[in-house]
Amino acid sequence: MTGEETAPLTPSDRVASVPESGIRKFFEVAAEMDDVVSLGVGEPDFATPYRAREAAIDSLQRGRTSYTANRGMAELRERIADHVTRYDLEYDPTSEILVTAGASEAIDLAFRALVDPGDTVAIAQPSYVSYEPGVRFADGEPLPVPTRAEDRFVLTREALERAGAEEADLLVYCYPNNPTGATMDEEQLREVAAFCRAHDIGVLADEIYAALTYEGEHTSIATLPEMRERTVVFNGFSKAYAMTGLRLGYALAPPDVVEALNRVHQYTMLSAPTTAQYAAIEALDNCEPDVTEMRTQYDRRRNFVLARLDEMGIDCFEATGAFYVFPESPWPDAGEFAEALLESEQVAVVPGDAFGDGGEGHLRMSYASSLDDLRTAMSRLERFIT
Amino acid sequence: MDERAELLDLLRENARYTTADLARMLGTDEAAVEEAIAALEAEGVVVGYRAVVDPTKLEPEPVRAHVECNVTLDRETSYADIADRLAGFPEVESLSLMSGDYDFALEIEADSMGEVSRFVSEKVAPLPEITQTVTHYVMETYKTAGHRFEDGDGDDRLTYSP
Repeated sequence: MTGEETAPLTPSDRVASVPESGIRKFFEVAAEMDDVVSLGVGEPDFATPYRAREAAIDSLQRGRTSYTANRGMAELRERIADHVTRYDLEYDPTSEILVTAGASEAIDLAFRALVDPGDTVAIAQPSYVSYEPGVRFADGEPLPVPTRAEDRFVLTREALERAGAEEADLLVYCYPNNPTGATMDEEQLREVAAFCRAHDIGVLADEIYAALTYEGEHTSIATLPEMRERTVVFNGFSKAYAMTGLRLGYALAPPDVVEALNRVHQYTMLSAPTTAQYAAIEALDNCEPDVTEMRTQYDRRRNFVLARLDEMGIDCFEATGAFYVFPESPWPDAGEFAEALLESEQVAVVPGDAFGDGGEGHLRMSYASSLDDLRTAMSRLERFIT
Repeated sequence: MDERAELLDLLRENARYTTADLARMLGTDEAAVEEAIAALEAEGVVVGYRAVVDPTKLEPEPVRAHVECNVTLDRETSYADIADRLAGFPEVESLSLMSGDYDFALEIEADSMGEVSRFVSEKVAPLPEITQTVTHYVMETYKTAGHRFEDGDGDDRLTYSP
């Protein structure tokens, strides 16, 4: 044996190179406090629609607790195929849909199945925190592509060029966006699509918040010319159906890509949670009114929070999707501000730089909370800055 | 939903939202909200506002009963005439004409079972058109006006999540 002695269970370099999540220290501070009003939560405050919960219970009572097909129950895949036609997406339930343990699993599978060591993956930022670690776990090279407040955090050709994304093999983004609440319309997506076609880049489109679009209709980049064959679309049940803890998502892609994702999935996850798949079938069959009601509630809260921030003189672009607003931090250092706000007023918000380049100087505030909580949080924030 | 329907929806959800908060949620101004509420009231769309109360927390706890009434009509008397007479009593919380096995459903609230019984036997049953009454006392209420009577589980989400 040569070289340094290491303990038998030393974390791999790959894992050691990935830092701990930036919100961890806030979490620990907040855990010691009573009476925290949290706008730091990235999940719905609603419970899963009752009918979906009931279907999950019923499946358990009937003992439906075995593995399902690797790709997910055929009945579920058929319903997903039907469901996504609302976004003009056409996918064959047999060969082009993979049901996963949350969209997060699907995204991880895509990195592992599509990234070779050294491949460059461009990541539109600020973004959900899992993309960069996911790329690293797959031995890829993450390339942050910062979007800008003056562009309302939309991904533009200029942003891609500034970051040198011509060299990228893949581009991953999330619109409607976590953490900014930005959405992208068809015209804006056309620009990104043209860039990806010109430089032969594959697209991983995280559309988990598609159902939570408040102005206009959600557009998927996969519907644009020559994009379907170079795009994997991710969606799931966590956000739209308030099913985060049930862990159910899916990937839509051409057959050979789904085959590759499934190669990893079948050996690692085997199949997505069976109980959750039953809940998802019921969600797609009968829970549309619940989704509409939740969207209506989010939209009112969005209006409320934007109005209150405006009254306080805090700059915030009009977020049109997901359940986040992304105002400018009243202090230049958003991390310091978030910490001080938590300590003096017990209001939890997340500094924008936790979500990568382009987020600095901003705060993510989630409005997936009751109006009472939002009202309290806004009053405390107002007191804090005046 | 148009703005008026949205406003009504919000008032039905919580009539104590301030005008300012209603304006913020609807993306309009307070004057517009006040005007719309005034119109809803003037047109009789909104006929009142009241708190949703768990009766078991009241001292004394009121007794509530559901009374089914059958009636016979004649040329001079319509359902509306009978309803008019019944609705006047303050004990009658709600009054509806039903399809099916009986005609009127009355929700009665009073301070004691005796009071409910006396009300039914002295005020309702003696009306000449009423042929039969069946009184059901409420034993337990789990949900009313859209609100569940239980200790809320609270928010069990993590304070921070990505």
